[in-house]
Amino acid sequence: MGRSWDFQHDNDPKHKAIFHNLQELRHSASLANKVFIQRDYSEGTTCRFQTKFPSELDSRIERTLFEDTVKTLNNYYAEAEKIGGQSYLEGCLACTTAYIIFLCMETRYEKVLKKIGRYIQEQNEKIYAPRGLLITDPIERGMRVIEISIYEDRASSGSSSGSSSTSGTSAR
Amino acid sequence: MNNCEYQQIDPQALSTPIPTPTLPQPTVVVEKEKREKARKKWEVFPGKNRFYCDGRIIVAGQSGVLPLTIGLILVTTGLFFVFDCPFLVKHLTVFIPAIGGVLFVFVVISLLQTSFTDPGILPRATPDEAADIERQIDSSGSSSYRPPPRTKEVMINQQVVKLKYCFTCKMFRPPRTSHCSLCDNCVERFDHHCPWVGNCVGKRNYRFFYTFIVSLSFLTAFIFGCVATHLALRAQGGRGLMFALQESPASAVELVICFFSVWSILGLSGFHTYLVASNLTTNEDIKGSWSGKSGAEDTVNPYSYNTIITNCCSVLCGPMPPSLIDRRGFVPVEASSQTSATEMELPMLPVKKETNVVGGPALSQLPPHAFQCAQGTKDLLGSASRSPCPTTGKPQPVAAADPAVTFNPALISDPAAMPSLTCGGRHHSHTTSPPDEPRHHHHHHNRHHRTRSRRGRGSKRPALHISNPAYNASLSPPSSPGPRPSHTGARDPRRDSIVALH
Repeated sequence: MGRSWDFQHDNDPKHKAIFHNLQELRHSASLANKVFIQRDYSEGTTCRFQTKFPSELDSRIERTLFEDTVKTLNNYYAEAEKIGGQSYLEGCLACTTAYIIFLCMETRYEKVLKKIGRYIQEQNEKIYAPRGLLITDPIERGMRVIEISIYEDRASSGSSSGSSSTSGTSAR
Repeated sequence: MNNCEYQQIDPQALSTPIPTPTLPQPTVVVEKEKREKARKKWEVFPGKNRFYCDGRIIVAGQSGVLPLTIGLILVTTGLFFVFDCPFLVKHLTVFIPAIGGVLFVFVVISLLQTSFTDPGILPRATPDEAADIERQIDSSGSSSYRPPPRTKEVMINQQVVKLKYCFTCKMFRPPRTSHCSLCDNCVERFDHHCPWVGNCVGKRNYRFFYTFIVSLSFLTAFIFGCVATHLALRAQGGRGLMFALQESPASAVELVICFFSVWSILGLSGFHTYLVASNLTTNEDIKGSWSGKSGAEDTVNPYSYNTIITNCCSVLCGPMPPSLIDRRGFVPVEASSQTSATEMELPMLPVKKETNVVGGPALSQLPPHAFQCAQGTKDLLGSASRSPCPTTGKPQPVAAADPAVTFNPALISDPAAMPSLTCGGRHHSHTTSPPDEPRHHHHHHNRHHRTRSRRGRGSKRPALHISNPAYNASLSPPSSPGPRPSHTGARDPRRDSIVALH
């Protein structure tokens, strides 16, 4: 199937239920809610996100895992926006060439953004998707928020309105 | 199995194998599902900008006097090279046209970059974000049609800063961000909207703008000096200035243009050098945010590094932030099919919004376009593992996979998500005038005239986005009249003729 996480060896029954559901009925995973992690401006306009743990995720993921993710993202952004030797060099070089090198060269910021994209992808695969969560890269939300989508486990919920169609689809 | 009964979906697309982790696959799916060519995000951009070269070049809605600027520069430099340089090369040195050429190239390149670069536009909040923010604000459950101006206070480096809520973009503006009414966008580190350059000056193009005015002041001063030298040399030997002018009339033209430009451009350069050294924006300087003029207590600029060198380096040589609006990425197919399905799903939209938090509607209740995203969601978590690298106008397959991951979840339960890209705020126009440079009169008189003529509701530009007035009217009534109270409330009466406040 090409997916990188392994359902068979996870023995947590709740996870098994989710995985089973997601595996067979991947198109019927429904979005329950979205949580938005806002920016933290206490240190200025540099990109940082609040590490406060949102209450909606209380039952879904451990606090430490979440905080680690956000802290790592904050570190990546700090690295991208760091004003230091390399950025000065890049800036001065760009200035002397009338900024034409921006058209040819990938800036350090863009390189770090790619790293961030890979990190988020890896986090989603390993930690968040198994818990029915999905992190959206902040760059797609204008660096304003980290959007975490919470997906509902349809197989275990009998009260959701989608359950009838769920059973309908699983009958095939 | 295919649980989709709607016509819009190509059954072939839905029956593709479930995990599609490879990047090209989503592109193929996109190709199959689109009826006509897939739209790029710049085509549905809600602001008043215009795009050329398939989204590579962005300009503000009005080009202002950019043609005049370019014309003046080209004409003056052209006349200089044709009429003055031969004489000066013969009598002085060959370096004169060389220096002039270098300066001219710098000026033109930095001007074009200032005009055609995204100044740091913030994309508008998605409906989910906007709803989340509204929930946090309206804890009192106030049902007044015109909500009071919304502000949020944050502490930045031990300084209290008020963040204002932007009714058009539906978000709290980050610090130093301002909404430009001419371009109808929130721009980060907003400096001012420059009509000479035909674009806003913000975080991403401030260094280009600064390079432009500095090199232009050098160029005009250089040409002025050379022309004066030229005329002086010709007038030598007792022949007089009039004789010199008769021999070289082009020099007179250049002299006049340069004389009037050099004062204003040099003044502007000096002003911006001061701003750079103190890490201020024109907007903040005009409003007196940090100089203590408007506030009683001792306010200091929380963004300044307190040394001139560090301030200059951070503003001019800092890392170049990426463009946040992803102009050349593809709009997710849900949006393009939504144009045809809009009238059909319109009555369902209010219902869908409620079901969002309950737990998601049944698949059969979903509007047609949701099935295209259901298709995407089918391999949602598979493609989430290939969560695309942030696109800043880079390879299209990534961009196509991108929407499948990010927009589909929103659409399953909240079809209102898409119109944030499509119908956006073009229907909101603001009554304030844009910020301006107070010391340079040539900016002033244009603004009021233009602002008043820009006012009007419901102006649409169908060529650039998908208009859906019915949707807009039914779903976003609070935002249309919203700006008015906040503008009048927030406007500083001392500055209201020249500053745009939202």
